[in-house]
Amino acid sequence: MSIEILMPALSPTMTEGKLARWLVKEGDEIKSGKVLCEIETDKATMEVEAVDEGTLLKIVVPEGSEGVAVNSVIAALGKAGEKYEAKQTSGRADEQTSKPAAALTPLSNISAQSSQALSQDFVYSSARLLVTNQGRIAASPVAKRIAQERGVNLYAVIGTGPNGRIVKEDVLNAVQQTSRRADEQTSATKLPTPAQAIPAAAAGPNAKQLADLLGQKYTEVKNSPVRKIIAKRLTESKQTVPHFYLTVDCELDALLAARKALNEKENAKISVNDAIIKAVALALREVPAANAAWTEEAILKYTDVDISVAVATADGLVTPIIKGADGKSLVQISTEMRDLAARARDNKLKPTEFQGGGFTISNLGMFGIKNFAAIINPPQGCILAVGAGVKSAVVKDDKLAIATVMNVTLSVDHRVVDGAVGAEFLAAFKKLIEAPSVWVK
Amino acid sequence: MTQSFDIIIIGGGPGGYVAAIRAAQLGKNVALVEAKHLGGICLNWGCIPTKALLKSSELYYTLQKLDQYGLEAKNTAFDLTKIVKRSRDVAGQLVAGIKHLMKKNKVTVFDGFARLAGGGKVDIALNDGNKNQISAPHIILATGARPRVLPGIEPDGKLIWTSKEAMVPETMPKSLLVIGSGAIGIEFASFYRSLGADVTVIEIMDRVLPVEDEEISAMARKAFEKQGMKIITGAKVAKLEKGKDSVTAHIEAGGKTETVTFDRVISAVGITGNTENIGLENTRVQIDRGHIVTNPWCETHEAGVYAIGDVTAPPWLAHKASHEGIICVEKIFGVPGVHPLDVKKIPGCTYCHPQVASIGLTEAKAKESGRAVKVGKFPFIGNGKAIALGEAEGLIKTIFDATTGELLGAHMIGTEVTELIQGYAVAKTGELVETDLMHTVFPHPTLSEMLHESVLAAYGKAIHF
Repeated sequence: MSIEILMPALSPTMTEGKLARWLVKEGDEIKSGKVLCEIETDKATMEVEAVDEGTLLKIVVPEGSEGVAVNSVIAALGKAGEKYEAKQTSGRADEQTSKPAAALTPLSNISAQSSQALSQDFVYSSARLLVTNQGRIAASPVAKRIAQERGVNLYAVIGTGPNGRIVKEDVLNAVQQTSRRADEQTSATKLPTPAQAIPAAAAGPNAKQLADLLGQKYTEVKNSPVRKIIAKRLTESKQTVPHFYLTVDCELDALLAARKALNEKENAKISVNDAIIKAVALALREVPAANAAWTEEAILKYTDVDISVAVATADGLVTPIIKGADGKSLVQISTEMRDLAARARDNKLKPTEFQGGGFTISNLGMFGIKNFAAIINPPQGCILAVGAGVKSAVVKDDKLAIATVMNVTLSVDHRVVDGAVGAEFLAAFKKLIEAPSVWVK
Repeated sequence: MTQSFDIIIIGGGPGGYVAAIRAAQLGKNVALVEAKHLGGICLNWGCIPTKALLKSSELYYTLQKLDQYGLEAKNTAFDLTKIVKRSRDVAGQLVAGIKHLMKKNKVTVFDGFARLAGGGKVDIALNDGNKNQISAPHIILATGARPRVLPGIEPDGKLIWTSKEAMVPETMPKSLLVIGSGAIGIEFASFYRSLGADVTVIEIMDRVLPVEDEEISAMARKAFEKQGMKIITGAKVAKLEKGKDSVTAHIEAGGKTETVTFDRVISAVGITGNTENIGLENTRVQIDRGHIVTNPWCETHEAGVYAIGDVTAPPWLAHKASHEGIICVEKIFGVPGVHPLDVKKIPGCTYCHPQVASIGLTEAKAKESGRAVKVGKFPFIGNGKAIALGEAEGLIKTIFDATTGELLGAHMIGTEVTELIQGYAVAKTGELVETDLMHTVFPHPTLSEMLHESVLAAYGKAIHF
């Protein structure tokens, strides 16, 4: 007697989905807990685990099938050698003789079933965590009704009522948060940079609701539009860009001496940061693969070397750009940077002065920070986090010596730049910083 | 030497004594300071003694219509002194009960007037003339409230009464003016009217029981007028002139002033919090229109000082005070799962004849909120038990959110509705929807069946009407 495996409902509102991939094939021995297939909805891809054991007799719905209705038969289990014959939909009458279908029941219905029936069900693994011991969601009738009306997934709502019961207020808060996120995404499409969709985070109480709930005290500082954009872009970057980090120490003494000499000669005020901008630009010329951005279709390798430089303002971070930095003299870079930073602080930059760029430098050395890792400024592929130059003990020719050491960390989008390329770039940068005579002039 | 406690509660009314018991249950060392009488206004001069008085007047009213039940009584009469004595005895019995509860829960009771002395200290001027000082990290103010006094109608306790004097009349006034048609005013109006006084009620708003649903207000007014009460709404008393054994009132209504003379006047124009002489001036505690400002956890602006009940914001109801007492204590001592009080889930009861009870939003307020609503109404005349009781006048009204099925409000008028409203309070707290109530079995024959029918009516499914 075969056991039918039905299309599961991965959320209370799901009616159909795509059977993305089979991870087993006909004839395979199936143990309980084995991942059978992957199901895709518009929201997520979920793995479906087996609960029953046996031989996979038949895959009814081939992988890649879209619009597979919930509760339709997708495969059948049985004894080895047994033949599976599709039952008529009206053939439910034979349920008395055959084992009841191992229905992948929408979780919202589970409470209505006996726990034994539940054990026969396939329940997608992440949802399992959210089902209480009794196998039902604790939510008030009003909360359930509102969730149904507004399409809120109760599994993603944290209950604040008695014994963690989801009450009306919790669902309304979830609705509010979802619509707020939707608003933000709409406004995000107007941003100059191509904004990627943020995967919807589970709706739970936000910091304010929790603080109110727990009686924590606070003051509120309203978010400026700039703050909101920064928050959005950084969240998007950290959540969607696969970051990795490379760190190297650079000795600064030669650069400091060369800079001093140049400043005296040119009567200029070139800063270490100006020199770092130039060194990064030259290193990018040597390793152009690090001057790049990711798109789904292709990796964009920028022709020009445009360096974005993070400037802290009262409203948050802005990144004005030194365009064609590799072709500019240090004095030029220095003058331009001073002007850009001043206007950035006054909020007077033109959009063309901070939009674009191929690589970003963030320097916290002036605050005494020795080492940090920055979040990539999308759509760019790399950001260099620069620490303070600190007199340190170093080993030279097997002897202890003193050197001014600056630690830099490169954050890299692994989709664009691989580890070896990133290392190559850092090596080029370190070489330039430690041998300034060739370019600091 | 300053005796120290885990918590001090100032005021032994339904807020304070309940807070004291809850704190004691949590194993805390509790002090309760009460200036006059345990049980507060509620037990001594409010809810309870008035219910005793109203029982007497209601029985007397029933006596007048005994014929309707096939009964006969001759020479029916009442003895005002005995009615008042019974009311005082009921209060006395309950106060003794509170004393016992304090003892049983090992709450240390100080009979005296407390004053915050700063730094968690409380000075007590004991009623026996001695002084004492106690201290605790947490102090709950549960000092209650007293009748509000309006200029021009200052009570003198002889001819112009507050609720307190109205509770212990020595003689039956022939004519009585009641100023204010809130719960307190209307209950006294009912009591005196049932015992035969000519009662006139003045209300500044456009309807009686102005916090209630408009339809219920209108039905109440009709019932009161049918009993012979005179009701003037949109009116105010500009001045009271006291005579030897009467008071002349200048009543302004509809742009005209009328002077009418009454034997007695009851001023029931609201209450004001007891915030004076308790040492608040040395704290950061803030007062808004006579009442202490608190957050949902009953915390004042002064750390370690809390306030509950009538001395804080409305609704000014004993059960609200008690509930706040429990929330406040549980929050202080970190009991998990404490929730702030939602005023929309607090039922209100008025014990006039017929009784009025309500919870949540009125129909007008529900519609104002912009929601699509479903309104169900079921009249007492459709209920077998009501007819059998000879109490076929009344209505139960329910208001649902048409989209979510949430019970937004319920309003009722008729016999014993104060005992019925609780069904809907449970429904509101449990966030039940209309189907839950429809699927609930209500016993027959009871008045409670009307709770069911009203819900059914909201969805066009009432059976008996």
